[in-house]
Amino acid sequence: MLFCKGGPKADLLIRGARCLDPSESLDGSFDVTVTRGVISRLEPAGSRPDRNGHRVVEAPGLLLTPGFVDPHVHLRTPGREDEETIASGTRAAAAGGYCAILAMPNTEPVVDSAAVLGALVESARREAEIPVGFLAAISKGQRGGELTEQVELADAGALGFSDDGHPVESAGLLRRGLQYSAVAGRPLALHCEERTLSRDGQVHEGEVSAELGFTGYPSIAESAMVGRDLGLAAHEERPLHLLHLSARESVELLRRAQADGVRATAEVTPHHLCLTHEAVRSLDPNLKMNPPLRADGDRAALIDALRDGSIGSIATDHAPHARHEKEVPFEDAPFGVTGLETAFAALYTHLVVSGLISLETLLARLTAGPAGVYGLKPPRLAVDAPADLVLLDLSAGVTVRESAFHSRSANSWLLGQELQGQVRLTVARGRVVHEL
Amino acid sequence: MTEMHLVADELVPPAGPERRHLLAIGDLSADDVQRLLATARSFARSLEREMKKLPTLRGRTVVNLFYESSTRTSSSFELAAKRLSADTMSIKATGSAVDKGESLKDTALTLGAYEPDVIVVRHPRIGAPHLVVRHTRAHVVNAGDGKNQHPTQALLDLYAMQEALGRLEGLQVAIVGDVLHSRVARSLIQALRLVGAEVLLVAPPTLLPRGIEALGCECSFDIGAIADADVVYALRMQSERMQEGANYVPSLREYSALWSLTPERLRPGQRLMHPGPMNRGVELDGRVADAASALVTEQVRAGLVVRMAVLYDLLVHGPVEAKVTELEAVA
Repeated sequence: MLFCKGGPKADLLIRGARCLDPSESLDGSFDVTVTRGVISRLEPAGSRPDRNGHRVVEAPGLLLTPGFVDPHVHLRTPGREDEETIASGTRAAAAGGYCAILAMPNTEPVVDSAAVLGALVESARREAEIPVGFLAAISKGQRGGELTEQVELADAGALGFSDDGHPVESAGLLRRGLQYSAVAGRPLALHCEERTLSRDGQVHEGEVSAELGFTGYPSIAESAMVGRDLGLAAHEERPLHLLHLSARESVELLRRAQADGVRATAEVTPHHLCLTHEAVRSLDPNLKMNPPLRADGDRAALIDALRDGSIGSIATDHAPHARHEKEVPFEDAPFGVTGLETAFAALYTHLVVSGLISLETLLARLTAGPAGVYGLKPPRLAVDAPADLVLLDLSAGVTVRESAFHSRSANSWLLGQELQGQVRLTVARGRVVHEL
Repeated sequence: MTEMHLVADELVPPAGPERRHLLAIGDLSADDVQRLLATARSFARSLEREMKKLPTLRGRTVVNLFYESSTRTSSSFELAAKRLSADTMSIKATGSAVDKGESLKDTALTLGAYEPDVIVVRHPRIGAPHLVVRHTRAHVVNAGDGKNQHPTQALLDLYAMQEALGRLEGLQVAIVGDVLHSRVARSLIQALRLVGAEVLLVAPPTLLPRGIEALGCECSFDIGAIADADVVYALRMQSERMQEGANYVPSLREYSALWSLTPERLRPGQRLMHPGPMNRGVELDGRVADAASALVTEQVRAGLVVRMAVLYDLLVHGPVEAKVTELEAVA
């Protein structure tokens, strides 16, 4: 269940773009007609001069693909509306080419009851620019003590459950949560961190943390928990989604579990795909995130897993923070960076242009992959599909600037960087939600 | 709201390449280190005269901003600035607006309004001096940020070693103790590698950071490994690391039994150094500290001239040796 405000459905004729949808094996120049928000015709470019009253978007040289789905966003609402609101976060998502995003429940208060979730759903219906879905907490207050009411929450709209921001420390509680998740049929999404190993750690334990003097946050703090959680999922024969993987060892465990038939999915963030711990040498608080940026070998393993599909989703983990909270020494800054508005350009520039993955793979991991994790219909470029589209200019260079952000926060790791790939038009659920 | 912030930020132009700082040893080349040590030697000679004050930095302002307690570093920076005739201001976290919850950014902006030439910062958190760089126009000197760096300590240690042993290249230095939590160790390892000295770290495995060998040093947990060292550098064992539950070492007793520097463990002629303050009876035996071969007071003395050299080097451009000679003539 996704929620957004209503509005006029678009009548569009997008002419001459290269249309690429890996899930439909579609790649060629087409004229795409959208009628009342639904793709009504898909014809070879130039074959349909008839506008039929539709607004025409001339798009030769541009790329039209299914809109992106972000399975991991922090909208900071309720509680920290100074950092992000449903309106600002979904507006930012629209600017990033997203047609659906999922919000994490680690808000103030935590989304752990149908009452809190119901209020969010109402707000989303009023102010969400693009469809937004909600995850609810696994445990009440995300305190790791008692399970939330999964069935009532699922009925109220929860697409899945997560204590993101915190690991589920008790293996016993997670086991019960997995068992019980069979009733509501919604997946559990896990932040894997063994806190007795990561304690006080801010930077990947390795050469950079040793040199800079940071307490190391070792890879084993993640992979030990990944191993435990995959073991539980195997034992209970329940699906499991692993949030924001960062370590090579975690990828190896995931692959082994998948080969053994465990229904495990996983996501990775743009920053873990594009950067390593070397970037932390600048001591810029916008390079501080949990899990931390890791070594070259970890980044390579994540890219490999993205390529072969072991990791099926790219998630921004968009984590807005107030300016004054990040304008402090690195060690005092909170974890997290924004990402909705820059994800495509960052990934296109650092992974596709540099030849590490194909454009098709990138698009699959930004669309069908994350949609599948939570049982959403993947956006498609096909006749009769709802218009969830993004029109991209791959040749356009963009300098990332704070003044261009729609998010209420600007804690981006990309500020000032020159990237390639610009979102020109986003259509979500048949409405034009972003246009340059 | 965002727009307002933007305007304010745009008023501070980005730092030009000419605005230099000393934030980490990694910012320096081997030539930079040699130049700073040579400048410090010139100042040492000038201090031997009766008139100890040089007019070099007259009219310049040096602010000491200390968020952690310090005796050696703060006093030597202050005296160094005064010996060069600079105006100085010392701000301590206690008794200032910091007590009222002022952020480091706002304190930096406030002090920056006086247009100081240099801000010397000590702070318990990594990255604090880098924040001051972003929000002022001053040259910033890192006088210790958390567990990260303490570059002037490393420079004064090099100075003291060179004075005592006549060379740095090829020197073998064993650093013993809590490397994990030591900004002194990190800066010193880098500085020693820069001038071609060999570095051996000796510590319990729990107090050696994983990956530290990448700085080009050897590691051992056997205290016997210090035998070949020309200099044995003891690190301060911080009491909070020894608290119950920290588990870096099982007990102070066992730590001292295995790693304390005793007269029996040092070879005659080996020089002992310590950045201070010392815990006699913990990381070293008092007899070792008081022995004639110890360089501890030399380190303190070196602190003054090295910090003079750092302030001078940041503020006075051009060929240094020539200017120092001129200064000596003036003095």
